[in-house]
Amino acid sequence: MGNKTSIRLMQGNEACAEGAVAAGMRFFAGYPITPSTEIAEELAFILPKVGGKFIQMEDEIASISAIIGASLTGAKSMTATSGPGFSLKQESIGFAAIAEVPCVIVNVMRVGPSTGVPTAPSQADVMQARWGTHGDHPVVVLCPTSVAETYTLIVEAFNISERWRIPVIFLMDEVIGHMREKVAIPDPGELNIVNRARPRCKPEDYLPFDADAGDGVVPPMADFGTGYRYHLTGLTHDRTGFPTTKRPEVDALIRRLDSKMDKAKQEVTFVDEVLTEDADIAVFAYGITARAGARAVRDARASGVSAGLLKVKTLWPFPEEHVERIASKVRAIVVPEMNMGQLVREVERASKGKTKVISLTRVDAEPISPQQILSALKEV
Amino acid sequence: MARKPITYYLREDKMPHIWCEGCGHGIVLSAVLRAIDSLNLDKNNVCVVSGIGCASRAPGYLDFDTLHTTHGRALAFATGIKMMKPNLDVIVLAGDGDLAAIGGNHLIHAARRNIDITTICFNNSIYGMTSGQYSPMTPTGKMATTAPYGHIEEPFDLCELVFAAGASFVGRGTAYHAAPLSRLIAKAIAQDGFAFVEAVSQCPTYFGRRNKMRNALVMLDWQKEHAVTKKAASRLSPDELEDKFIIGELGTRARPEYTKRYESIIEAATKETDDDV
Amino acid sequence: MYKEIRLSGTGGQGLILAGIILAEAAGVYDGYDVIQTQSYGPEARGGASRAEVIIADDVIDFPKVTSPDVVLIMSQQACDRYGQHVKPGGIVLVDDTNVSSIPSLEDACVVTLPITEIARHDVGRQVVANVVALGALVGVTGIVTPDAMEKAISSRVPRGTEELNMKAFNIGLERGREARAKHETP
Repeated sequence: MGNKTSIRLMQGNEACAEGAVAAGMRFFAGYPITPSTEIAEELAFILPKVGGKFIQMEDEIASISAIIGASLTGAKSMTATSGPGFSLKQESIGFAAIAEVPCVIVNVMRVGPSTGVPTAPSQADVMQARWGTHGDHPVVVLCPTSVAETYTLIVEAFNISERWRIPVIFLMDEVIGHMREKVAIPDPGELNIVNRARPRCKPEDYLPFDADAGDGVVPPMADFGTGYRYHLTGLTHDRTGFPTTKRPEVDALIRRLDSKMDKAKQEVTFVDEVLTEDADIAVFAYGITARAGARAVRDARASGVSAGLLKVKTLWPFPEEHVERIASKVRAIVVPEMNMGQLVREVERASKGKTKVISLTRVDAEPISPQQILSALKEV
Repeated sequence: MARKPITYYLREDKMPHIWCEGCGHGIVLSAVLRAIDSLNLDKNNVCVVSGIGCASRAPGYLDFDTLHTTHGRALAFATGIKMMKPNLDVIVLAGDGDLAAIGGNHLIHAARRNIDITTICFNNSIYGMTSGQYSPMTPTGKMATTAPYGHIEEPFDLCELVFAAGASFVGRGTAYHAAPLSRLIAKAIAQDGFAFVEAVSQCPTYFGRRNKMRNALVMLDWQKEHAVTKKAASRLSPDELEDKFIIGELGTRARPEYTKRYESIIEAATKETDDDV
Repeated sequence: MYKEIRLSGTGGQGLILAGIILAEAAGVYDGYDVIQTQSYGPEARGGASRAEVIIADDVIDFPKVTSPDVVLIMSQQACDRYGQHVKPGGIVLVDDTNVSSIPSLEDACVVTLPITEIARHDVGRQVVANVVALGALVGVTGIVTPDAMEKAISSRVPRGTEELNMKAFNIGLERGREARAKHETP
């Protein structure tokens, strides 16, 4: 991998690829699309070096389908795409959710809808990431704010996916994906790596969707080809894995799947609070916008405004406790987003009327600037 | 070697199956199982993948690792499985709508890569699960719920398509000719590389009824009358061949298999790493 | 220190690579915090291309250049677009091989050098104009150490072209230093 020092200048997409490999990812299937393509290119180069496999599939749907197949053999698997491709992948994301197949889907957000501006950043897929596939389903959505964080957070994405048997959406944006920063690569030994629970019972006793055989929420998962000979389907199924339309069984399945979001919440919520201790006004921001937020908060403090920042890295499950806590002590929460105001609605909901919530939007294919946030902070 | 009873490969507790009386899919499925049996494959080493549709329910009845995926995508899921566990015998079972319409792109690309997956197309010329719409395999002039005035499109010749795309093996059989179909499938599974068998099946419920073939027997008779071997076809005039289709092994070629080729990438990549050190 | 550098020209001139080399030199070898970003059109060749680098002692929050301290201009189109945008007291380095109407700025220092011409004639390959430009930029501004630049160049340029690029850098560096001296002693 070129440079041998542990301090490197890395691109966000490169950090995503290398962090995934450090997490143990050994299968990647993808399709070229700006601005995520460097992830595929990097993995085509480095995966075979560690005995992993890369394939460029014929389309986006094939890519997500292939990673689900690979995951069933026990391999940690990933695909990466951007807006149009993310739309195409939605059906199979639902399959991964209902069949409980661990996998990581990277979406480097660009301006949409449709082809939009392929080379420019956006944050307009945050609702699609949560609700893009049809039906009630669990999904965790992570969103890094720097290149270094991309490396460590993608490791968490795999850990969460393996631990909870759910698809994890890793939302980057064009700026994070393409910018280069200095990264201190963690030693492989420093990383906490989680692997899925495998069944310990005999194959004849294996009930593939019996959560009680695990922790009550996540059933142990057998690798294909190891003698368990079980069935997996996108149809609603009972504990044996075979289709059912019986109402109590359908109800139990959907409720158990959904409960993963609540049960996992504490463990998968990553929020940094910056200067919030004495803040009387807060910025709620994620992705590249959190970087503008950090600068704005510092500049605001320099001019006498006690501002603080909620740097949010887990978008879903939504960190409502953090928001509610902040809402009860500040005059206002400013929510800058590179969209027409998507997560601001969640902030409003979680604030429960305890504070004023101000939406700042930007959709001209440029990132929100620190000045834009600073003026909002000064106006309140 | 003694043949095992077909029930050895079935999840009998999952019966009865969902297929209609007279449906050809059971015959095709038993041909698949007899082929697996004739090759003496280890049950723990077989993985059967399907998409959506009547044929795609088959894996649920089989005692292997089985995967019932999304509509049209079975080959893409199977590609991921085969790549990470190349030693598995991966078999895809799919209907004609699933494989040739919504999954058509995956079909030609799996063939082009020549990945060692055996694909059996249960071709009943109709979308059965959604009750009788025309598929890419519905013959011109036939009736379907979405072709109430008669179908105006030409069907694919799937074997020609898949062979042209690069498959190592293609062949065609029918539910009527069950024993030769089973032998053909065994050859397909044994072939190293992408292998494709079109199994002409019958849907009396949604195709037959609408097209003046009142039951399964009539439809099986139709298969018997219209299927000709390559050898027999060579003795027929173009006029006599007009409404016939050819069964048997239709194309075989030796080509490097995809997952084996990928090993050369790993070799090259690891060598480069060694050179770096 | 908090310095913003903008490298601008057309696609195919290697400005994004130049930005990466500059950032790697400053970040990995000179020990600063650093961020490199870029913007480009759909064209692989031709079209506007822009790479930006921020070099700072402390953590850099926002990655985009807002008011550059140093601007390199390698094409007329880039000159028209970015020629006027520089911090008061900043430096604009113009490749006058490609730029005919040079901006006149009251409160910035404009340095012109025939960068592409130097690459073509003095180094022998036009393709290394980007590295000549880096040399000139370091010579004029002293923003990173030449030693760090040399390390970054050898880690980032294609194998087998290290010598050519080192030559390009050193010629550019020399010409940059001369130009700076000329500006300091009018």
